[in-house]
Amino acid sequence: MDRNTLLLFAGIGAVLLLASLVGFILKRRAGDTPNSVIDNLNARINAWWVMVLVIGTAFLFGNTGVIVLFYGVSFYALREFMTLTPTRRSDYPALVAAFYFALPVQYLLIGIDWYGMFSIFIPVYLFLLLPILASLGGDTTRFLERASKVQWGLMIAVYCISAVPALLTLDIPGYEGRNLLLIAWLVIVVQLSDVLQYVCGKLAGKHKIAPLLSPSKTVEGFVGGVALATLVGALLCWITPFSFWQAAALALLVNLLGFAGGLVMSAIKRDRGVKDWGHMIEGHGGMLDRLDSVCFAAPIFFHVVRYWWA
Amino acid sequence: MLASFVAFAITSAARLLTGARALWLGCTAQPVQRLYYANHSSHGDFVLLWASLPDELRRTTRPVAGADYWQKGGLRSFLINQVFNGVLVDRDRSSPEHNPLQPMLDALGQGDSLIIFPEGTRNLGDDPLLPFKSGLYHLAKANPQVEVIPVWIANLNRVMPKGRALPLPLLCTLSFGAPLERLADEDKAAFLERARNALLALAPEEA
Repeated sequence: MDRNTLLLFAGIGAVLLLASLVGFILKRRAGDTPNSVIDNLNARINAWWVMVLVIGTAFLFGNTGVIVLFYGVSFYALREFMTLTPTRRSDYPALVAAFYFALPVQYLLIGIDWYGMFSIFIPVYLFLLLPILASLGGDTTRFLERASKVQWGLMIAVYCISAVPALLTLDIPGYEGRNLLLIAWLVIVVQLSDVLQYVCGKLAGKHKIAPLLSPSKTVEGFVGGVALATLVGALLCWITPFSFWQAAALALLVNLLGFAGGLVMSAIKRDRGVKDWGHMIEGHGGMLDRLDSVCFAAPIFFHVVRYWWA
Repeated sequence: MLASFVAFAITSAARLLTGARALWLGCTAQPVQRLYYANHSSHGDFVLLWASLPDELRRTTRPVAGADYWQKGGLRSFLINQVFNGVLVDRDRSSPEHNPLQPMLDALGQGDSLIIFPEGTRNLGDDPLLPFKSGLYHLAKANPQVEVIPVWIANLNRVMPKGRALPLPLLCTLSFGAPLERLADEDKAAFLERARNALLALAPEEA
């Protein structure tokens, strides 16, 4: 790891340490009375420690480590998506293709840096292959709906998430060998935006933005969270190839997309009648609950950076 | 030694593949003698149910399986006898004077818990649950001290559809319901109907 990366992780460690301290003091003050908000906060902070440790370990192994990490992330996200949106018996070949073909091949294509293929592999080739496989079973019940579910799951859980490690393939003049930091910047800004929206909402939230979709999202939380995360993104411009104002504009872009991602993914959850996508991360729900904003921000960020900087 | 290693490998693999999550909704995971009955859609059903029990309970909980499938010798016999400590039943009733429930009654008499699938065979259709065979009624009636617990296994039919070799890594949950109430003077049909409804009540809504 170079000096900037170490500095960055030290900074994240300091923020988490502060958060843990605050959580500890709140818990002490609450005493014996059980408080679900404080308990959830502490569960979230602990989960953040684990997540930062996992990402840090992947960074130690360089590009390969990050690609393997996001392969795992996509796998868990895809499994949550397919579990929550049931398919029928004759979708089996399509699901096998999704888990055992599309997922590894997409990450392999990113690993070998074949942009022309990994950018269209799922949206074009799998878009055609999956319904072909599904039709072989001869079951026409809700065919269009089933075909869309598998395709959508692949787009969200594999294509969109794989845009994060795909940032490693970009050749940005003057930024050689530092692409890992670009990933760190994107993940920090988008996740921080989620956290700050939550915090601002809890402190000052009054007006609900979309009560039917997500009762906890408020105008105050949205404005405060996005503004603060955009500011942090701009202040972190020293780890990116962007100038201060470019970093601010890109941070605003990914924050708005991240917010929209949260709304869309929560619409799917409401439709299926559940609160969380899964149960793998204590205090956060499932993998997709943590990554809904990244899913929407990453592919657009990738293409914008590729178009203007690479 | 080998058997317990294989058991560990199988339960770990089952949990890893399906993220098997046990929801103890109507009872807790206590070492009480029980008759777990579940829906049956895949060969992996009893493995997953067995794997989702805490170690302590698993040691005394025995799956009931069809002798015709498992007693074919070799690996299958080793698995069902040594690893799962299963109770084999003669589904074909090869000798008419022999009571097919006897091995299960013996196991319950020894104080073991059982895992049974009252549909009698794997459900491969679109109906959530086939009609129950009468074994559950007779076992419950002969052993009033044993808790009868419905367990709904969700999603496993998608992990391992019939005739497919490669399992899909989807998440499965097992919902453990409340013990069936014992009513005096209830006839067979009424009991089975009540047991069936208790199990269906644990099933998540379908899409």
